[in-house]
Amino acid sequence: METNQKIIKIPESNILTVGKLTDYIKQRLENDLQLINIWVKGEISNFTRHNSGHLYFTLKDEISQISCAMFRSSASSLKFEPEHGMKVLVLSSLSVYKLSGKYQLIVSEMHPDGLGALHQKYLQLKEKLEKEGLFSKEHKKNIPKFPKTIGIITSPTGAAIKDLIRNLTRRFPNINIKIAPTIVQGVDAASSIIKSIELLNKISDIDVIIIGRGGGSLEDLWCFNEEIVARAIFKSKIPTISAVGHETDFTISDFVADCRAPTPSTAAEIAVPDKNELLKEIKHLRERLLQKTERSMESKKQCLVSLLDRPIFKRPFDFINQYLQQIDDLMSKSRRAIQNFLELRKKGLEILTAKLDTINPKAVLKRGYSIALKKGKIIKNASDVKIDDMIEIMFQKGEIKSQVKEVKNDK
Amino acid sequence: MTNKNESFEENLEKLKESVKSLEKGDLPLKETLEKFEEGLKVSKLCSEELDTAQKKIEKIIEKDGKLISEPFEE
Repeated sequence: METNQKIIKIPESNILTVGKLTDYIKQRLENDLQLINIWVKGEISNFTRHNSGHLYFTLKDEISQISCAMFRSSASSLKFEPEHGMKVLVLSSLSVYKLSGKYQLIVSEMHPDGLGALHQKYLQLKEKLEKEGLFSKEHKKNIPKFPKTIGIITSPTGAAIKDLIRNLTRRFPNINIKIAPTIVQGVDAASSIIKSIELLNKISDIDVIIIGRGGGSLEDLWCFNEEIVARAIFKSKIPTISAVGHETDFTISDFVADCRAPTPSTAAEIAVPDKNELLKEIKHLRERLLQKTERSMESKKQCLVSLLDRPIFKRPFDFINQYLQQIDDLMSKSRRAIQNFLELRKKGLEILTAKLDTINPKAVLKRGYSIALKKGKIIKNASDVKIDDMIEIMFQKGEIKSQVKEVKNDK
Repeated sequence: MTNKNESFEENLEKLKESVKSLEKGDLPLKETLEKFEEGLKVSKLCSEELDTAQKKIEKIIEKDGKLISEPFEE
């Protein structure tokens, strides 16, 4: 009681407010280089994802725990889904939250812890197989577009098989599915997967194999990163589709398979076509075929009709009659021409005959003259004959032979 | 199987080809009818082909070196 009554006198300048103290602590802690950008490992507990996209959780180990916040800008680049109980390694800086006076780690990067060595192994194997050419394009077999039988390598009880069967039969109801029940997690997984690949390759009518499983931790999916599994997939004669885990999970199997599907459902979409879509396409093509043929025939018919519509086919006798008329015309013209010609010739003949008459020596005889000839030649002058020459004299009727007695040559 | 798959693809291609050449028009009558008949024939083959497979879901196991298929129950 006594002590309570003691008056403590402390200079006002020595007294701090809570706010000022907190400011000081905050400043000290946040500027301590030992507490900036430090790697801390621990187990996640009390994990909450706020609507804002910020993550709040506690990192703990056997001895202590510390509050952590990862803001959306950093959280958005996370390659995995953090959850309660997960061991992680975080890159963070210490910060003090003034309102509650609590210190916390502001996390900028987070990685699953304990897989560091495995991850290293994964990268090394990936590089090795890549160098060997196991991932190269020329080795990729084509995934058939219209398969009838699908082989599936996965656990017969997992989520993946249900997903696959549902999606495969939805797209192609009468698809044939052959499942090789396979262990896809744990120590026996790799050998089980290899056995299944060999098993399905013994069946002749499988068109494509889907190898996969649903999501899980990197350790769960590890068998798909095993070298012997990769080589078995590479050796498969049947084209393979790898469908392991979620979209963000990449495994060696994905690289070596002929095709990678981000999820088992997507694998189903890659493996089989949508039958309804195909039937629709065929129907559509058939309709176009009918339509185009009809149109083509119609246009040919139109062409024919328009040809038949021409006058030559409609009134063919018009043309013939025209020609007949022309022939008639020509006939009468030629008849006239021939007549004219004949008449002209007749007249010409008459004139010639008249002319001939005038020069016919016999016409002279008719008029009472006679013609004297010596050896058939007409005697034109007295000098043509000599005394005692025998000459003939022609009359209109008859002739006489006589002998020259005297010749008188006129000048 | 693979041959049949190819024939489906081939038939689908032929069907598309027939439609395409008919769409281009100005084919002689004989060819028009040929393309039409061919298209109709392959379209039928295509639809039939899609129905040839029979839905079957089975699991394959190897027992004593022999392959055994059994109906698969989810």
